[in-house]
Amino acid sequence: MTWLSILFTSAAAHAAAEAALAPACFADLNLDQVIAEITATRQAYNLTPFFYAPLSDLDAILYRQEVMQELEDKALTAVIEQFAQKMSRARSYLGLLEKLYYKQHKEGWFLEAVLTYCEAVTILRDGLNQATLRSRGLRAMQTYLHDYGRSDPFVKLMTDAKAVKAALETVRYCLILNGDTVKVRGYADESDYSAEITQTFARFQQGAVKDYRVKLAIGSGMNHIEAHILKLVVNLFPPVFAQLEAFCAQHGRFQDETICQFDREIQFYLAYLAYIAPLKWAGLSFCTPTLSSQHKAIHATAAFDLALASKRVDEGNTVVTNDFYLQGAERILVITGPNQGGKTTFARMIGQLHYLARLGCPVPGRQAQLFLYDQLFTHFEREEALSNLRSKLQDDLVRIYDILAQATPDSLLILNEIFASTTLQDALFLSQQIEARVIALDLLCVWVTFIDELASAGPQTVSMVSTVVPHNPAERTYKIVRQPADGLAYAMSIAEKHGLMYQRILERIPS
Amino acid sequence: MKAFLLYPQQDFDLQRPLPPHHQALTQDLALNTLFQAMARGDTLILEVVQKVLLGSTTDLDTIQYRQQILQDCLQNTAVVRELYQIPIEAQKNKQRGWMGIYSSYPSGILSSALEMLQMFMQLLQKLKQLSDTHAARFTSVGFKRFFAMIQAELNDDYFATVQDHLKALQFRDGVLISAALGPGNEGRDYVLRKPHTNEQSWLERLLSPKEPIYSFRIHPRDDHGARAVSDLKNQGINLVANAVAQSADHIDNFFKMLRVELAFFMGCLNLAETLAQMDAPYIFPTPVAAAERRHFYRGLYDVCLALTIQQCIVGNNGAADDKEMVMITGANQGGKSTFLRSIGVAQLMMQAGMFVPAVEFSANVCTAVFTHFRREEDASMTSGKLDEELARMSDIIDAITPHALLLFNESFATTNEREGSEIGRQIVRALLQKRIKIFFVTHLYELAHGFYAQQLPNVLFLRAERQADGERTFRIIPGAPLKTSYGIDLYRNLFGQPIIDLPKLHTL
Repeated sequence: MTWLSILFTSAAAHAAAEAALAPACFADLNLDQVIAEITATRQAYNLTPFFYAPLSDLDAILYRQEVMQELEDKALTAVIEQFAQKMSRARSYLGLLEKLYYKQHKEGWFLEAVLTYCEAVTILRDGLNQATLRSRGLRAMQTYLHDYGRSDPFVKLMTDAKAVKAALETVRYCLILNGDTVKVRGYADESDYSAEITQTFARFQQGAVKDYRVKLAIGSGMNHIEAHILKLVVNLFPPVFAQLEAFCAQHGRFQDETICQFDREIQFYLAYLAYIAPLKWAGLSFCTPTLSSQHKAIHATAAFDLALASKRVDEGNTVVTNDFYLQGAERILVITGPNQGGKTTFARMIGQLHYLARLGCPVPGRQAQLFLYDQLFTHFEREEALSNLRSKLQDDLVRIYDILAQATPDSLLILNEIFASTTLQDALFLSQQIEARVIALDLLCVWVTFIDELASAGPQTVSMVSTVVPHNPAERTYKIVRQPADGLAYAMSIAEKHGLMYQRILERIPS
Repeated sequence: MKAFLLYPQQDFDLQRPLPPHHQALTQDLALNTLFQAMARGDTLILEVVQKVLLGSTTDLDTIQYRQQILQDCLQNTAVVRELYQIPIEAQKNKQRGWMGIYSSYPSGILSSALEMLQMFMQLLQKLKQLSDTHAARFTSVGFKRFFAMIQAELNDDYFATVQDHLKALQFRDGVLISAALGPGNEGRDYVLRKPHTNEQSWLERLLSPKEPIYSFRIHPRDDHGARAVSDLKNQGINLVANAVAQSADHIDNFFKMLRVELAFFMGCLNLAETLAQMDAPYIFPTPVAAAERRHFYRGLYDVCLALTIQQCIVGNNGAADDKEMVMITGANQGGKSTFLRSIGVAQLMMQAGMFVPAVEFSANVCTAVFTHFRREEDASMTSGKLDEELARMSDIIDAITPHALLLFNESFATTNEREGSEIGRQIVRALLQKRIKIFFVTHLYELAHGFYAQQLPNVLFLRAERQADGERTFRIIPGAPLKTSYGIDLYRNLFGQPIIDLPKLHTL
């Protein structure tokens, strides 16, 4: 069969991604937290390398965006989740076999693995068949599964497995346990004694009482007594177990490689969508961004920092969203304003949006037009001891120099409070120098700074400010705007504060 | 089997949370004195009477149901006290025999449950005997139903059936368990089976003589094997152990519920006894529907005060039928707070189904009783105090519903009279419009006079009686609000006649 992947359009890109390491900007943008959380419950799939490898090819990104959009369909996602669960269970059954001793025990679990795999394939095939698919990736998979499901080997595998299972399910037997003696014989329609006891005492029912059913460890193990009993049960029903033995001998390796690969790769999408689902539920928007490798006019509305939003929604808090745009000659967003006002978060957000867009993922925001950058550079303040100021300034400069040496006009640069550790005069001088170089390179840049002068360097720079509540400067809005916003004043009497005015009380008390 | 002594068709829920304002209510009405007198040191009675009184019912049928049962209790004190001992004995036996179902294995659960069931069966027989002897003397619907249930459910046949089961569950001939094969050919669906009787299995043997039986023995030193067999046995008897243990729990709960529900009446009996010793009157009240407005009382006194000073108090007489609000003004130390408390306590006692401390009492039931009392710590006039007081008021507004009873005691006095009266006026007007019944003790002349000037037919004004010589009688009688409660007295005592008129007060 032909090579088919739900994540990549070429085998080469696939191979490269498998070998990818965490990009340098990851920690600064808090993407390390995001990816760790996305992949946390899906360790078995080893998804992290996929998140380390942003795509450069617009068509390859589009291929993923199509699948992502298609998976917004809850019914389709549910099908794939079911498929994944079954596949995972089949794998764990097979893993079990190596630890087991007794013949019929092993054969029994092998049969379960086959049955579960067949269910998985059937669920996925039927689910994709029923869906109206538009994405190239899922349509290809639909065709593949259609053919595979009708193929002779698969049909025989499934028919045989079901027949053996049905035979085993007819087996019923009785145990008589008395002291050290165990007797095994057929079941002769004896009545359920527990039900009779329950019936006798039913008149004392007093609502809910404790459940005394003990959760007895019924594991995948089989001790020598159970094995002995099973041997005697085999004696009671010889033809059934002969059928099982023949089945196992006939079907050795039964899993299809393309289906297994799909099982892993589709988790990339599901993991991301599962991560953003609670945020959407909390009222935040995500969108499929439009990407351009030509135009540097970018914009987004109602965007937010994914890592922070996830944390705040977890804690039941609200999330402040922000808008931004660059048009015409504008290239540099210079962010100033009071501390703790959300400036760093804002800068991080723009970096995250661009990175996630290149992964083919929906990005935080109601709408986004982003630039298909070639490299993303970040320079964030590192916490350091006060004693080595000089080396720190030097270090800052060296890092900036390296970045500017590697950057091309298509790169994206995010600077956060650089040169904060020197005198204002020094910082002003150095910053203006760097700014001129950034402008000369025509870089897209977000620059968080305390130096107001940087905001008015020329037509390339745009000033944005973190804002406060006008009448209570201690309170931050976490809104970053091109212009300051107005606030509303309020004052209430104590009674009004407690809602104790005539009209309010009438509203508060039900009729 | 249900005791159903507090509700005609419902268990009493001891776990039901108390209304959010219960702490204020207990503190403001000094209810702990009442609870202690009813409990006489019995912690269960204390808990139950607290729950019943604070979570009082609005259902007239339920009130009547309890009144009848309580009357039966007062008629048959000795029998009821004996009945109360049966569940207590169950509890004592359990403690003495270290009985309880603590094992984490079905076999252990089964054996401790069987032991408990044996013990309970003896007490159920005792209950049956008590019922045989005394049932005829009870006339209330509740007790009649209770004894009829005992007669019907606990007959001799039933006791015999239970004994048979208790014997069979010893499993002298081994445990018979059916099973099927689950995934991996592992045994599952272990179900305990009742062996066919000998005759049947003889017939069975005849019909299918070749049905094979295989067997093996566990080596005496094979500890693992022995444990494995006992695991299987445990799986087999898991459900039956659960059934027996739950049955034991159910009977245990029946006794507990019986004890809890009787505890309320024991508390009432205790109180009745104490009041009788003090020659203090009590009477079964006549409740009327919540939507009506009725307050008629003779000899109504604050039972908590009487219990504290250990003597009978002369009560108040009054009638406030068709009144939405009763506003009480008058001299300090004149018995206003005591009167307000007696109104609140009587309301709670009536709606618990109890007798009330009065010679005659009738009132409409209310959806809940709320208190908004000035707190000792609120004495200083600072905005912080007003804030605290209004926060409490706001909490009440959050919880209150139409036809509730709200008792105000010196509310809104933490600011000056103008502001306090205005805040109070807005609140009271809104509450009256929402049909909340109000008793308001106040010194705020502007507030009281404002309502008085309106001549509202549904507002009654009472005053703490003061005789011409300034002597207090502690009686609360009808009367218009007076301009001052004690300031003028004080002034006059010091200065004699004021030399200028008091400033004209703002009319509402």
